[in-house]
Amino acid sequence: MYRIVYKKDLNPTVVMMDIEAPLVAKKALAGQFIILRVDEEGERIPLTVAGYDREKGTVKIIFQVVGATTQKLSMKAEGEYIEDFAGPLGLPTHLDGLNDVLIVGGGVGCAIALPVAEALKANGAKVTSIIGFRNSDLLILEDEFKACSDEIIVMTDDGSYGREGNVTLPLKELLSERKFDKVITIGPLVMMKFVVEAVRPTGIPCDVSMNPIMIDGTGMCGGCRLTLNQDGKRVTKFACVDGPDFNGYEVDFDEAISRGSMYRDFERHAHDAACNLFKKEVK
Amino acid sequence: MAKANMNPTKNPMPTQDALVRARNFEEVAIGYDEQTAIDEALRCLSCKNMPCVSGCPVNIHIPEFIEKIKEGDFEAAYQIIAKTSSLPAVCGRVCPQETQCEAKCVRGIKGEPVGIGRLERFVADWHNAHSDAVPECAPQNGKRVAVVGSGPSGLTCAGDLAKAGYSVTVYEALHTAGGVLVYGIPEFRLPKSIVKKEVENLRAMGVEIVPNVIIGKTLTVDELFQMGYAAVFIGSGAGLPNFMGIPGEALKGVYSANEFLTRSNLMKAYLDNPETPIMKGGRVAVVGGGNVAMDAARTALRLGAEKVYIVYRRSMAELPARREEVEHAEEEGIEFRLLCNPTEILGYDNPEDRRDPKNGFVTGIKCIRMELGEPDERGRRRPVEVPGSEFILDVDTVIMSIGTSPNPLIKSTTDGLDVNSRGGIIVTENGATTKEGVYAGGDAVTGAATVISAMGAGKIAAAAIDEYLKNR
Repeated sequence: MYRIVYKKDLNPTVVMMDIEAPLVAKKALAGQFIILRVDEEGERIPLTVAGYDREKGTVKIIFQVVGATTQKLSMKAEGEYIEDFAGPLGLPTHLDGLNDVLIVGGGVGCAIALPVAEALKANGAKVTSIIGFRNSDLLILEDEFKACSDEIIVMTDDGSYGREGNVTLPLKELLSERKFDKVITIGPLVMMKFVVEAVRPTGIPCDVSMNPIMIDGTGMCGGCRLTLNQDGKRVTKFACVDGPDFNGYEVDFDEAISRGSMYRDFERHAHDAACNLFKKEVK
Repeated sequence: MAKANMNPTKNPMPTQDALVRARNFEEVAIGYDEQTAIDEALRCLSCKNMPCVSGCPVNIHIPEFIEKIKEGDFEAAYQIIAKTSSLPAVCGRVCPQETQCEAKCVRGIKGEPVGIGRLERFVADWHNAHSDAVPECAPQNGKRVAVVGSGPSGLTCAGDLAKAGYSVTVYEALHTAGGVLVYGIPEFRLPKSIVKKEVENLRAMGVEIVPNVIIGKTLTVDELFQMGYAAVFIGSGAGLPNFMGIPGEALKGVYSANEFLTRSNLMKAYLDNPETPIMKGGRVAVVGGGNVAMDAARTALRLGAEKVYIVYRRSMAELPARREEVEHAEEEGIEFRLLCNPTEILGYDNPEDRRDPKNGFVTGIKCIRMELGEPDERGRRRPVEVPGSEFILDVDTVIMSIGTSPNPLIKSTTDGLDVNSRGGIIVTENGATTKEGVYAGGDAVTGAATVISAMGAGKIAAAAIDEYLKNR
C-alpha cells in the first residue's frame, strides 16, 4: 500500500498527488513512468513521473480524469492509500550535451514536460518553453515553468489567457528566428504530430514522449508497441522498455492515434458508470 | 494390500462436458476421487529401477508416493512429493507428463502408462483440502538470498533454499506473485486459488515476497548484494512478444498472446464488469501452435467468441502444443487451419469518413496455404508457400502467439552478466551465470519453455547456490 501524502487539484480535471514510494523516489528520473493500481480489482495504468523528492521518498504524479481509473484515483483523499505503485519504468529523457532546448508542452502533457525542463535548467541549459491549453480554466503549472524557463510562451486555443492559438504558431516563429539543440514535445498525440511536422524542415532533433496503452509496463505484454520508420524500414518498438521517448521524425503517429482509441467505447461506459456511482454517493 | 490393477488403460480423468466448459472459466479437469486414485495407483508395478523418476526434471520419488496412495495414506504421499517439488498442485496440472515421467513408464509399453500426473494432482489437492502442515525447514543459517521473479523457477528456487535454512526474499515486478502461473495460464487449466495456496505455503516456510519491485529498474542486481544478499537467482521469465512483421499488426484487435492472456487472467477481464477491457465475442484467429496459442484460443472461446481458429503453418504432426490441450481445444469447437500462414491482417477503412469509429479495426486475416518441403537443420520439414493459394478468414480479433524474446531490463543494468545472441542469460549446467554469486534459470535463460523445465532449473540453481554459500 502506498500513501497519498499530498493532493492538490490543479484545475477541474487535473489532479496532482505526491505518493510515498521511497524505492521509486530514489531512482526516478525525468521522462520515466510508474504503473499504479488504485485498489485490489483495479486496472494497471501508466503515469509519467512529474517530479520526485528523494529525501522525503515521494513521487509526484499529475493526471487528467479521463476514465474510470483516473476518476477513482481522483476521489482518493490525502492520507489515503493506493494499492500498487511500481517503477521507475522506461528510459529517462536524454539530457546530456544539450545547451539550448525548446520544450513544447500541451495540456496535461505539461506535467511531464516540467521535470524535463527543470532537469535541463539544473544542467545549466537554456530553456525556452511553449505551453498550450484549451482555455484559461485548464491552465496548469505556469509558475513552475516560469521558474525554470529563460523564456516562456503560454497559449490558449480560445485566447482566454496568454496568446490565442495552438503551440505550433509561436513554434514556427521561434524556429524561423533561431536554432535550438533540440525540441522536446510532450502532449496529445495530434499536437506532437504537428509539432514534429513544424520542426522537420529545420532538421533540429525532435523528441516526443509516447504514452500508449500498457498493462505490465515491464516488457512482457507488447500492448504498448508502436512503429518507427527507420531508414525506409518499419520497426516495431515497445514504449515501456525502448521509450517512452522516441525520435519524433520516426514515429508513425497516425497508427499510434488509431491504436490509442481501441477501447474508447469501453472507457466512456466505465467512466460514466464511475461518475454515476459518485453521484449516488453524493446524494 | 489390494492386488495390482492390470487394466491396460488409465482411469479416465473426469472433465466438464466440452460444450458446457467452452463457455465457462471453471477448471476443465475435475480430478480423481480417492477410490479412483487408489485404483490408478494399483496400476504401478513399483519397478526397482524406477525409470519414471529419470523422466522427471525435479526427480520426484514417483513409485514411493504412489505406494502411499495404494495404502490410502495421502498425506504421506504428499510429503514424499514435497521433498523434491515445491509446487505439486501446479505440476500435476500443467506438466507434459506424456513426454516426461509417463513416457518412461513400463506400463506404457503394452498399454497406457500409469497416470502419474493425475495422481500427483490428486495428492496435492487432497493435501491442500485436508492439511496445513508446512514442509520441514532446516534451522535458519543466517544467510540471505534474493530471488528475482515469482514464477515457477523463482518459487521453486525460493522453496528449496528456505528448506535448506536460507532467508529468502522474492522480488516480483507485478502486483501479484506467480508469474506466468497467474498472468499466462488460464483459470480453466490452473485455478488461481491453487497458485495462491502454493505461494502461501512458501510464505509459511518464511519466504518473503515483495511485489511491485522491478529488478533492473527499482533495484539493480548489484544493489541486492549491497543490501546484504549473498547470492541472487534470476528467474525473470520470458520477455517481449514476437510479431510476424506483416502488414496490419498495429490494427485495433491485434494482440500478442501475452497481452490477451494477461488482460483475461491477471487483470480478470473475463469477469462481468471488469476494470480492464478486452475484446470479447466475434470471430478470432490465433496464430501459432504452442500451448500458449491453445490457452489464448480457449480463453477467446470462453469470452464469448462465436468462432475461433488456430492458424498454424505446419501440420498437426509438428504442432508443439500438448496433445491433451489440442484434444480439449478440438472438443470445444476450435477449428484448426493447419498448413496456413498469415500474410496480412486486414482492417476497416472508410475513405469517405475518417472519423468512422470502425476505422482501424480488424476485419480479416489473409493467409496462404503451405506444404511441407525438405527437412530443415533440426529435421522438421520446412513449410513452403503454395503460390496463388491466398484466402481470407473473416475475423475481428487476431492473437499472435509466436514466441517471445528475452526481456532486456536486467541484462542492460547488470555489468558482467553475459547473454547469448538471442538474449538469453548464459549459465553453466548448474545455473551459474558469468557474474559471481548470480544464478539464473527458466525462460530468462532458455526462451519460452515449460513450467516444469523452469522449476527444474530453479531446483538445480538452489542446490548450486547452497553449495556456493556453504563454502563461504
